Amino acid sequence: MVLNINNKQHSVNAGPDESLLMVLRNHLDLTGSKYGCGEGACGACTVLIDGKATRSCITPASSMEGKEITTIEGLEKNGELHPVQTAFLNADVFQCAYCAPGMIMSAVSLLQKNSNPSDQDIVSAMQGNICRCGTYPRIIKAIQEASTV
Amino acid sequence: MKAEKPDIAPEQYELFEKPSHQFKMNRRSFFEILGSGIAVTFTLTTGLSKELISPVPEDQVAAWIHVNETGQVTVYTGKAEVGQNIRTSLAQIVAEEFPVSMDKIDMVMGDTALTPYDRGTFGSRSIPYMGPQLRKAAATAREILMDMAAAKWKIERRQLFMENGVIKNTTADQSINIGELTKGEKLLKSINDKVNIKRVDEWKVAGTSIKKVRGESFVTGKHKFVSDMKLPGMLYGKVLRAPSFGASLISVDAKAAKDMNGVTVVHEGDFIGVAAPDLATASKAIKAIKAEWKTTPQPSRTEIFDYIRKHSDKNGSDEGSAGDAANAFTNAEVKIEKTFTIDYIAHAPLEPRAGLAQWANNKLTVWTGTQRPFGVQEDLAEVFNMPKENIRVIQPDTGSGYGGKHTGEAGIEAARLAKAATMPVKIVWTREEEFTWAYFRPAGVIDIKASAGKDGKLTSWEFHNHNSGGSGIETPYEVTNKKIQFHGMDSPLRQGSYRGLAATANVFARECIMNDLARELKQDPLEFRLKNLREQRMKDVLQAAAQKFGWNKKPDANHGYGIACGNEKGSYVATCAEVSIDSSNAIPKLLRVVVAFECGAIINPEHLKNQIQGAVIQGLGGALFERIDFKDGKILNASFSKYRVPRFSDTPELDVVMLNRKDIPSVGAGETPILGIAPAVRNAIDHATGRKMYGLPLDMTT
Repeated sequence: MVLNINNKQHSVNAGPDESLLMVLRNHLDLTGSKYGCGEGACGACTVLIDGKATRSCITPASSMEGKEITTIEGLEKNGELHPVQTAFLNADVFQCAYCAPGMIMSAVSLLQKNSNPSDQDIVSAMQGNICRCGTYPRIIKAIQEASTV
Repeated sequence: MKAEKPDIAPEQYELFEKPSHQFKMNRRSFFEILGSGIAVTFTLTTGLSKELISPVPEDQVAAWIHVNETGQVTVYTGKAEVGQNIRTSLAQIVAEEFPVSMDKIDMVMGDTALTPYDRGTFGSRSIPYMGPQLRKAAATAREILMDMAAAKWKIERRQLFMENGVIKNTTADQSINIGELTKGEKLLKSINDKVNIKRVDEWKVAGTSIKKVRGESFVTGKHKFVSDMKLPGMLYGKVLRAPSFGASLISVDAKAAKDMNGVTVVHEGDFIGVAAPDLATASKAIKAIKAEWKTTPQPSRTEIFDYIRKHSDKNGSDEGSAGDAANAFTNAEVKIEKTFTIDYIAHAPLEPRAGLAQWANNKLTVWTGTQRPFGVQEDLAEVFNMPKENIRVIQPDTGSGYGGKHTGEAGIEAARLAKAATMPVKIVWTREEEFTWAYFRPAGVIDIKASAGKDGKLTSWEFHNHNSGGSGIETPYEVTNKKIQFHGMDSPLRQGSYRGLAATANVFARECIMNDLARELKQDPLEFRLKNLREQRMKDVLQAAAQKFGWNKKPDANHGYGIACGNEKGSYVATCAEVSIDSSNAIPKLLRVVVAFECGAIINPEHLKNQIQGAVIQGLGGALFERIDFKDGKILNASFSKYRVPRFSDTPELDVVMLNRKDIPSVGAGETPILGIAPAVRNAIDHATGRKMYGLPLDMTT
């Protein structure tokens, strides 16, 4: 199959049952998207499909042909961090940071739809992303900061 | 074939401290690895050294700092970065005493071939133990270079100062980059135990909120966690798990798996695993193995507390007794006798256990996410019956642990498969495996009998913990008659360390009873605590939390306040919580939390605040809803959709007060801040409703 990932065409020889996450990580070595649960319940694997935050661990790769897939590796433009990445750095959000790519992709998707989200909007949009270190207050702060850019 | 070692023994209750090993590396190999420059080492015998700067016995190096020919500083420590941001705070400590910019300091951590032996990263030990050592080593390195500059310029040492990697002469326009001084040198010096170190009020780098080191590699997804790593020719491993705890293997038919293209099957004792060129094939191969298991009866969650009471050691170990608690209780004016139950909970680190193993020339290298790389090295030596020297364990910054990654199962499994397959093998546990085959925070039963006089002073305290462990079992409150015992047992589920260890259970039970005694006495729970405490530091955090919270203000109708405090490992926490009761369904809602915390001199205020907030949020899970459910030796909720952990919407309004005690040496902060949240919420519910709960998690729904 041919997948459009971060504006590049990738020809992939994947099995019919393989998830997009496994294809990204194991076939293409795009390991920024993380495995956390395999059931779409933790958000660590979040990527954008046609701009929409999607759990890649429960998305069959075979259904992704012709779609525009963006992973954390595709956020930087011309060597510059995406404003959401910068905001997360400025807020010094993370402890272990394993959840970071999924959090950032969910935040990017939220801000594309809603450029000025309220705290409640942020909580609703991010509810599916788990941070076991409990950095939620800082993530909210970072998203607020990013929304002002 | 006999299993080499099917299982790594769980560390029950607490880790035993092993004697510190010394690192054997002679001077020549030292500089072969590091390159020329100067190195300051600290050894176990350093403290006895009388000389200002003595030569180091060549085989007694225990940790070191190296300054290379360009002035780049490399610090080698066996500590592990698992999200506590210790990579940042230890580098800050070094930069404080050895004035170079933070980007000139590289921390090499958790690599058994490069760093000195370290028992492990647990028990909030990095800052109080590693911190002072690194501080002195860095200061010693600074003094050595100053002495070298003074000799070079033939001037007095006191006319020099060092700034941003440059040594300057205050009396002349003369300066030299430290790289020019170290060029061509191979100087190995011992730490000077009496070296001048900066007073806390002189700190410029330590004590400030330096941002997470390597932060960009995490927000770009570039950091390679073990689960992200790949080696040429690497295979993917899977292990066949028993259908339940306590099951043993009767027979195996692995022919179908063996016949699959590129699949290696390993069967040793109860261990059956496969390695395959891709994950899908590995999963298919594991499914194709037919195994017959013999199961044994296992207790279920519904009966676990009876089981604990029945099986725990009747006599118990004395954890602090004085006077006659039984007699004082009998004669007391106000008394309470209650039993608390504590469920098993899971650490559920977002990165599950992962290991990557490679054999070459009978030497083994294992990359694994663990809090104890040297412990895993020892486990591997035992499993493969080979000398430790031939095993290298590397721990890249890991997707958290919280006390749950003291072991190295995935690395050991990967090594077994890699040996048979003669190719590198990676194993990443599934979430279900992590929830089932890792270890849990122990379940426990706690019996308390406590009494006080009408004057509000405790008169007796009898406390029995069954199975949780001994941390936090002592009471900080003054009482003449006390009996405190821990009753151990063999846990039916694999159990081990957790953030704060058993103190999450013991402090909960204690602080609930202190609340209930105060209510019984019709005294304010804060005043009652202050009256019975002796330690000023505990009183200080209580008062700081209460003041910020507005403890003296009357709550709104249907609202309640709760307070709790605790101390562990030299740091102090007090937590206030406010809940409201929605009259329609009577389920309490947590509105706001104030935490006051004190851990001596603060090294990185923002990272400390992050740890405190994170501990409270994680602690809300154990307080309100986390509970491992199990039956017939099976975990019934081994997934994030069934095991609820705190999410964004669970975060209350959360204020943090940090007391900066510059006069007290810094200690760790990863654990203690978790202790107060559960009892504070429970006591707030009592205040709002009069309903007293005696279990963790608090069951808010019934």
